[in-house]
Amino acid sequence: MSFFDLKARRAAAATAAKDAVPSTSAKDTTRTVPWVEKYRPKSLSDVTAQDHTITVLKRTLQSSNLPHMLFYGPPGTGKTSTVLALAKELYGPDLMKSRVLELNASDERGISIVRDKIKNFARTSVSNATTSQSSAYPCPPYKIIILDEADSMTQDAQSALRRTMETYSKITRFCLICNYVTRIIDPLASRCSKFRFKPLDAGSAEERLREICEKEGVRCEDGVIEELIKVAEGDLRRAITYLQSAAKLHNPNGITIEGDQQEDEGDRMDVDDAGQGSEVVTVRSIQEIAGVVPDDVVEQLLKACEPKKGRSVYTEVAKIVEDMVADGWNAGQILVQLYNILVYDDVVTADQKNEIVLLFSEVDKRLADGSDEHLQILDLALRISAVLAK
Amino acid sequence: MPLLVDKHRPRSLEALHYHEGLSQRLKALANSGDFPHLLIYGPSGAGKKTRIVATLKELYGPGAEKIRIDSRIFTTTSNRKIEFNIVSSNYHLEITPSDVGTYDRVVIQSLLKETAQTQQVDTSAKQRFKVVVINEAEHLSRDAQAALRRTMEKYSPNLRLILVANSTANIIPPIKSRTLLVRVSAPTEGEIEGILKYTAGLEGLEYREALGRRIAKDSGRNLRKALLMLEAVYAQNEIVKDDTPIPPPDYEALISQIADEVLAEHTPARIMQVRSKFYDLLTHCIPATVILKLLTFRLIEKCDDALKADVIKWSAFYEHRLHSGSKVIFHLEAFVAKFMRILEGYLMGMVDF
Repeated sequence: MSFFDLKARRAAAATAAKDAVPSTSAKDTTRTVPWVEKYRPKSLSDVTAQDHTITVLKRTLQSSNLPHMLFYGPPGTGKTSTVLALAKELYGPDLMKSRVLELNASDERGISIVRDKIKNFARTSVSNATTSQSSAYPCPPYKIIILDEADSMTQDAQSALRRTMETYSKITRFCLICNYVTRIIDPLASRCSKFRFKPLDAGSAEERLREICEKEGVRCEDGVIEELIKVAEGDLRRAITYLQSAAKLHNPNGITIEGDQQEDEGDRMDVDDAGQGSEVVTVRSIQEIAGVVPDDVVEQLLKACEPKKGRSVYTEVAKIVEDMVADGWNAGQILVQLYNILVYDDVVTADQKNEIVLLFSEVDKRLADGSDEHLQILDLALRISAVLAK
Repeated sequence: MPLLVDKHRPRSLEALHYHEGLSQRLKALANSGDFPHLLIYGPSGAGKKTRIVATLKELYGPGAEKIRIDSRIFTTTSNRKIEFNIVSSNYHLEITPSDVGTYDRVVIQSLLKETAQTQQVDTSAKQRFKVVVINEAEHLSRDAQAALRRTMEKYSPNLRLILVANSTANIIPPIKSRTLLVRVSAPTEGEIEGILKYTAGLEGLEYREALGRRIAKDSGRNLRKALLMLEAVYAQNEIVKDDTPIPPPDYEALISQIADEVLAEHTPARIMQVRSKFYDLLTHCIPATVILKLLTFRLIEKCDDALKADVIKWSAFYEHRLHSGSKVIFHLEAFVAKFMRILEGYLMGMVDF
């Protein structure tokens, strides 16, 4: 083929592209999509464990009259998923692009954006749905603006929204999503109907995780799911991410079962001293991924804190704290775990608990301010020890 | 001549000395084609950066080692121009957003989006995505971290992040839940000894077991420090014996001196003398936290057991003040004054102070 023969080259390029694209792209998308996105609920009925909210929303779907909405609740409870599913059910995939504007904290959201972008989008009149679209979906005559992570918007930007929300309420509905409802200024909050998303209960979280395990072919040790739920504290997204990370660690080449995989496995077993266990997700690996300090380390520290007769606890405590810091354990995590043990410890009297809880709050504040972890944990341990000695 | 630390830094995952399990995992992740976002944390001198560089090499091959430094100018919303340095290779970028203080959000937003929206130029590259390494992630402002959240999800086909932090305390939970947490713990003293011996062997230095043991102990499980100490010992002495003194870094020597002075005399006049030393340290860019911490532990070594808990208590107190206040010298002096008070009170036999 001549280099200058443009037509032929173009044709060749086109065929090459045609050959190449589908195979790679198909493979890549399945491989690189995080499970959190892959298993995002597709419809409102898929959303787990938010019965109250979902029933209310479904009812509004039928009447196709939507109020402004404010979704709030801890992370990973399905706020974004719900609103996306809602939008999809309202408009269907085609119309969604033109009818829904999604803005989140990664977009610039200062007051100028509220004035320009949001206002412009809110102002545009709604395009008519084609008959094919409106037959399949309700396609109500308004648009939706989703402001994700609205609590990170500045006060000014929020107040700039106030009038906009009212003026264009005929053709635009707002949906604000946030973790802390207190960060949303009152005038905005009072314009929305609020939906609280509660942390997922263990039962529904477990069901969801088991389903994912089954679909992805992840084999888990007993107790892994329970541990996941425990460390995630009601945050399903975190649980799923941890699960995916753990699955990746144990079975990095994806879940292909047959063929050449077999040989690889042989190699890996030699290098990985977990041997057979390299395929099964273990409780320990979940803890490691979640950054949980092993129980025995924490207990060791507590034991050292116990008052000794006649001599100071300092040397022992200092040594253990030093090791903990050098091992890179997160101070916040140590704090939480110590707290959980001490507060539920029956030997510690109520008065002592009072004092200890005060200590925890103080040290937590200091850590949040960015203080040195080593000194603070050492201080905490020594002061706990002093309280216990009383 | 490069320092030993840089000269013998392992360049590939296979060459790493300790945490074999971790190296295996990183290798497996790099080869899996589905590399997650990482959050690597651990104390300094544990080998976080070394592992990242090695992982990048595993991901992209030797091309990732050819790095250059660019200076870019970003414009903030208030039209202020900020200059920002980026270390990059063809395949990855390395940024330290805390350099620009409160404007880190602007840098994160514009830079990451720009990187994420362009695909890998080099079609023969092993991976389709680019990696952005963010140093000192614990100093990122809340805004910047919030800006990362959605970016991480939205652009995941083109972009992977590696966050490096000393601790995860200041990293917001949404980021933690989107990354794979990798803890790099400091090497044990035994492991440090092994590495010192190995490095000495490479350099053709005569290695002394007892000296190595002392260095490992003094280094506080910080490998970088241990290697620097080793180099210092061999550079300063012609013949190295088991009991050759290890020269402490200048600032440590000065802090020990301060501790001795504080212990010797408890008067306002002494605080004035110590102040000039503090200023000396501060003007040489020794972080106030480091000064306070070292001073505390020096003082602790030499005071009575009964006082230790109290000294730590006040040290922790003033250390916190360092962070919430703006002028560090006040708090350093306040700590010294407080310490003198405690010690004096104790010596006089007073219980309440």
